[in-house]
Amino acid sequence: MQQKTTNHKAWFLVLPVLVLVAFSAVIPLMTVVNYSVQDTFGNNQFFWAGLEWFQEMLSDERMWNALQRQLMFSGIILAIEIPLGIFVALNMPKSGFWSSFCLVVMSLPLLIPWNVVGTIWQIFGRVDIGLLGYTLDALGIDYNYTQDTISAWITIIVMDVWHWTSLVALLAFAGLKSIPDAYYQAARIDQANRWKVFRFIELPKMMGVLMIAILLRFMDSFMIYTEPFVVTGGGPGNATTLLSIDLVKMALGQFDLGPAAAFSLMYFLVILLISWVFYTVMVNLDKKGM
Amino acid sequence: MARITLDNLAHSYNPAPASEDDYALKELNYDWEDGEAYALLGSSGCGKSTLLNIISGLLMPSQGRILFDGKDVTRAPTAERNIAQVFQFPVVYDTMTLHDNLAFPLRNRGRDESYVAERVQEIAKMIGMEDMLRKKARGLGADAKQKISLGRGMVRKDVNALLFDEPLTVIDPHMKWELRTQLKKLHHDFGHTMIYVTHDQTEALTFADKVVVMYDGRVVQIGTPEELFERPAHTFVGYFIGSPGMNVIPAKVEGTKAYINGSEIALGAGYAPVSGKVEIGVRPEFARLSESEGLPVKVRRVEDAGRHKIIRAEFFGQDINIIAGEDDPVRADMTRVTFDPARVNVYANDWRVAPQGGEAA
Repeated sequence: MQQKTTNHKAWFLVLPVLVLVAFSAVIPLMTVVNYSVQDTFGNNQFFWAGLEWFQEMLSDERMWNALQRQLMFSGIILAIEIPLGIFVALNMPKSGFWSSFCLVVMSLPLLIPWNVVGTIWQIFGRVDIGLLGYTLDALGIDYNYTQDTISAWITIIVMDVWHWTSLVALLAFAGLKSIPDAYYQAARIDQANRWKVFRFIELPKMMGVLMIAILLRFMDSFMIYTEPFVVTGGGPGNATTLLSIDLVKMALGQFDLGPAAAFSLMYFLVILLISWVFYTVMVNLDKKGM
Repeated sequence: MARITLDNLAHSYNPAPASEDDYALKELNYDWEDGEAYALLGSSGCGKSTLLNIISGLLMPSQGRILFDGKDVTRAPTAERNIAQVFQFPVVYDTMTLHDNLAFPLRNRGRDESYVAERVQEIAKMIGMEDMLRKKARGLGADAKQKISLGRGMVRKDVNALLFDEPLTVIDPHMKWELRTQLKKLHHDFGHTMIYVTHDQTEALTFADKVVVMYDGRVVQIGTPEELFERPAHTFVGYFIGSPGMNVIPAKVEGTKAYINGSEIALGAGYAPVSGKVEIGVRPEFARLSESEGLPVKVRRVEDAGRHKIIRAEFFGQDINIIAGEDDPVRADMTRVTFDPARVNVYANDWRVAPQGGEAA
């Protein structure tokens, strides 16, 4: 029998990681937990509040409305970006110079900082000086994202589509590229039409990457803050106040630390829950061989 | 089913081929007889898959015509040619059940469901998968998937030809044998024209009525396994077919005699003067070790292959192989080799030279 060597000094090797994670994630999260169960009247005096904030937030219409808007936003952008991304990927040149060219051009929006994306669209949509806003206005279309709810929604959705469809397209393209030629040749011999090639060859082979694309886009859009905040600031009224915008308003605008902390914990749990559901569904689909 | 005619066919992947070297498939005229089983044999990159893809219409030849039963189909798309092809890597539609996979080519052609169901049952029985029809195709092993591809190829009764592009490469050795036997049986039962691409001589020789040997983009010989063995038309055929391959020895040929380094060897027939690079080819099966007759040889090594022995030897500075029977003695004093004169072929610039007065029987 070989003696197992025991050396507790090895723990020092994982120490840097533990410290890093503690300071970057665990401690800030615990601070939030701490705030969520206490009340303060300033002066750094805290009183135990128990689950009071959670109860209050759950019965607060404000959070439910923000959640509703958030789900609507994520739903709409997924419904546009996923099919559009697939469509773009299907129509991209498969190889050669133009393929590389398309890849580079499409990655450009992904490289732009979110704040800048917001600013670009904020100016682009302005009725007085923005190319888009001014043109629409000149064409007699009633467009004004600062006053009109529909205009504001269209603006932030188009912005998100512009910013992130490339990601879906690039992932879908990678999936498509991995399909061996023999599949297309076999389909030609079997006399499958274009739709069937898509339905029975391309889509199944893309399923894995598409699931990842949907998950990424859902999580990202569910947590979106910067871009709509820069463009509409959550307005007009509360029309585009998504969850994180509302959260920031509550925490930093009104300085309601307790409710905001409870809010953010629930926010976090919702994301965790949805991601878990997604993951489970994905793994099950894989097993079932769908 | 159809007779397939290749008329002046050639293909180059280079859009502006300058010389013959640019052609992946050099000019070719041949008739594939209706209902025969052919094997296209050659090493990787010799043009066999190119030829197959041209026949199936996946590739447009740069020159020449293809005719199915006399009808020009050179420009016809794959679908119109009504052929079936099985690829090296099994292609199945993962999300469909086995039943739908087999039914796919028929449904795409708008056949009615009762006919489809009947055909699928027949084919499933043929490939031995009747009880798995409700299963999804994903998650099956490579050999099961390849059987389904095969079944999809067979499901249409009226196919002009069945093409196989190294279909057994990814299959386990013990399954290979079974599938090959099944293919042979299918051919026997249904009489489809079959073209089978492979680089495995055993596969080619056991499967096909006629073997087409390709080398460097050229068809070097088309013949029955027996012809390929006895009268290889090109030194490549001699070397590629047989295990070990034919011994090819540089020689000088005059009339009914060949001379190697001045030593005389009898030939089975007379030859007109041959020029160029002259060689004689003798299969190891037709060489024999001896104590007193023949030319000197230095035995290097004897390998026992079970039913026979392979003798690796040096002959005038060149490696040759000799096959001896399991019970034939190999002794230290056997330092000479003789060749069966009737089995010695003469080659000039790698191509076989026919003897004067026609072939000896």
